[in-house]
Amino acid sequence: MRRKFSIKKITFLLFLVSFVSVAQHNEKKDVANAPKEEKDLKVTIKEYINHHLLDSYDFGLFSYTNDQNEKVHIGSPLPVILWDNGLKVFLSSKFHYGETLAEVDGNYYKLYHNKIYKTDAQGTINYDAEHHPTNAKPLDFSITKNVVMIFVVFLIMFFMFKRMASAYQKNNGMPKGMGRLLEPIVLYIRDDIAKPNIGEKNYKRYMSYLLTIFFFVWIVNLFGLTPIGVNITNNIAVTFCLALFTYVITTFTAKKDYWKHIFWMPGVPVPMKIILAPIEFLGTIIKPFSLMIRLYANITAGHIVLMSIIGMMFVFNNWLGSSLSFFLAFVLGILELLVAALQAYIFTMLSALYFGSAVEEHDEHH
Amino acid sequence: MDKLLSEFSLGLFFWQLLLFVGLVLLLKKFAWKPILDAVNEREEGIKKALESAENAKKEMQNLASDNEALIKEARAERDAMLKEAREIREKMISEAKEDAKEQGAKMIENAVTAIDQEKQAALAHLKKEVGDLSMIIAKAILKKELSSQEDQIKLVEGMLKDVTLN
Amino acid sequence: MEGLNYVGAGLIVIGAGIGIGQIGGKAMEAIARQPEATGKIQTAMLIAAALIEGIGFAALFAA
Repeated sequence: MRRKFSIKKITFLLFLVSFVSVAQHNEKKDVANAPKEEKDLKVTIKEYINHHLLDSYDFGLFSYTNDQNEKVHIGSPLPVILWDNGLKVFLSSKFHYGETLAEVDGNYYKLYHNKIYKTDAQGTINYDAEHHPTNAKPLDFSITKNVVMIFVVFLIMFFMFKRMASAYQKNNGMPKGMGRLLEPIVLYIRDDIAKPNIGEKNYKRYMSYLLTIFFFVWIVNLFGLTPIGVNITNNIAVTFCLALFTYVITTFTAKKDYWKHIFWMPGVPVPMKIILAPIEFLGTIIKPFSLMIRLYANITAGHIVLMSIIGMMFVFNNWLGSSLSFFLAFVLGILELLVAALQAYIFTMLSALYFGSAVEEHDEHH
Repeated sequence: MDKLLSEFSLGLFFWQLLLFVGLVLLLKKFAWKPILDAVNEREEGIKKALESAENAKKEMQNLASDNEALIKEARAERDAMLKEAREIREKMISEAKEDAKEQGAKMIENAVTAIDQEKQAALAHLKKEVGDLSMIIAKAILKKELSSQEDQIKLVEGMLKDVTLN
Repeated sequence: MEGLNYVGAGLIVIGAGIGIGQIGGKAMEAIARQPEATGKIQTAMLIAAALIEGIGFAALFAA
């Protein structure tokens, strides 16, 4: 009980600190931009939010403009791994945060709008009619900020649950420490998500996936709210990957009944069957697609709103407006904590629902 | 939609895929399986314990009712035995009484017959004795008669005075 | 005509908001009527809300 409480307290503290650190950051910008007009501040905030939402090639904690009007970045560079007629590995510090070209084995790479393009020695970017760069993009397997965080979450989850599992063995089948907090959640996923949606008979083989995805999404979402502020789930690539898993597992474990109900719905007239088949088939793709979009959009929207309100503190620049928006941000932050868990729950729940429809056996024909 | 597509990063997708597959497999082996097994085992253990407790309770109840039945039976048996004993005792007493009565009656009867017989015998004996005596008297009378008439009468009278017929 | 998609987005948000509001309200009524079924109602409510939300977001991104 005490441990549980302390975990809550730590989470809460981290959460508070996140505000402080973000606030500090903006303050610095505020000082730097003080002589300029207010519109600039708004633009800065917008840029900052956009920047915050994107992945980056270095692990930046914060950056500011110093007295000599130079941008100072606090953080560490990360390795860039490119596949461009051979493996090219170098540190992202070569880009100098997009200010210079990186030269590797006679090839020049430029960081433009957070993407790496291959350029000539001068770093020219060619645009097409819609102002999209037409330069070649090398295959990019860089260890970006998000990849680092995925690694971190990977390690945290692995060691946390491994310890929990070994505590069961040492403790004669009873949970210990963190396990006491996590066990009810594990049991909840088993008894209230997996069993009712998939069915008593088949639920066992999906348990590993459901548990992993729930805790992964949850922990990742919570990390997005910490001062490190790395949002992994607001990358479409990540949510796409997770949704793809659900789709692939649904598809490959589906029984004959599932396909029958998609392509040749029993109990309806033949013309209807022909019309229904493509709709149903499209449905199987839309389901994971909505999973992907939902998680992505919820987390992204939450962050945009939260950060906009934090930014508003500096736009108002008076004690009433600022304290009001601080209060609003505080409430929203708590809401985001809820959303972090809720989205993990929804993702797991709907995945279980889809798995359930895949292995369902229809006795009656309607 | 454009924004989404342009944001899509193959590298991130690749790493996420790799790490997530790894995570699922590793956790399955090292965490979920042992945890779920332990939880299952515990739940089954609890279920079993509950069941056995229920069984024990039932058994206890059975035992209690058994005991009661036994006690009842024993009591009934004891009552029956006591009753029987009492009956036997009464029977024995009454039998003994009857026996004694019969025996007594018999004995009395025997005594009566014995007395009768003795009496008959005594009477017979007396008759014989009387006969003998009369014979002796008669002899003596006859002898005296022969000597003197007077004497003879005197003798007879004297003798008759002595002899008392019972 | 640039701004029309923003109008569309606004309409989508209004629609989704009404939908989720309906679900939430009905769920509240249902819980008030049958408090013992709270868990089941909540689950069903969340699923329905998530589905509407999904459609809303999909349309929002298309806009």
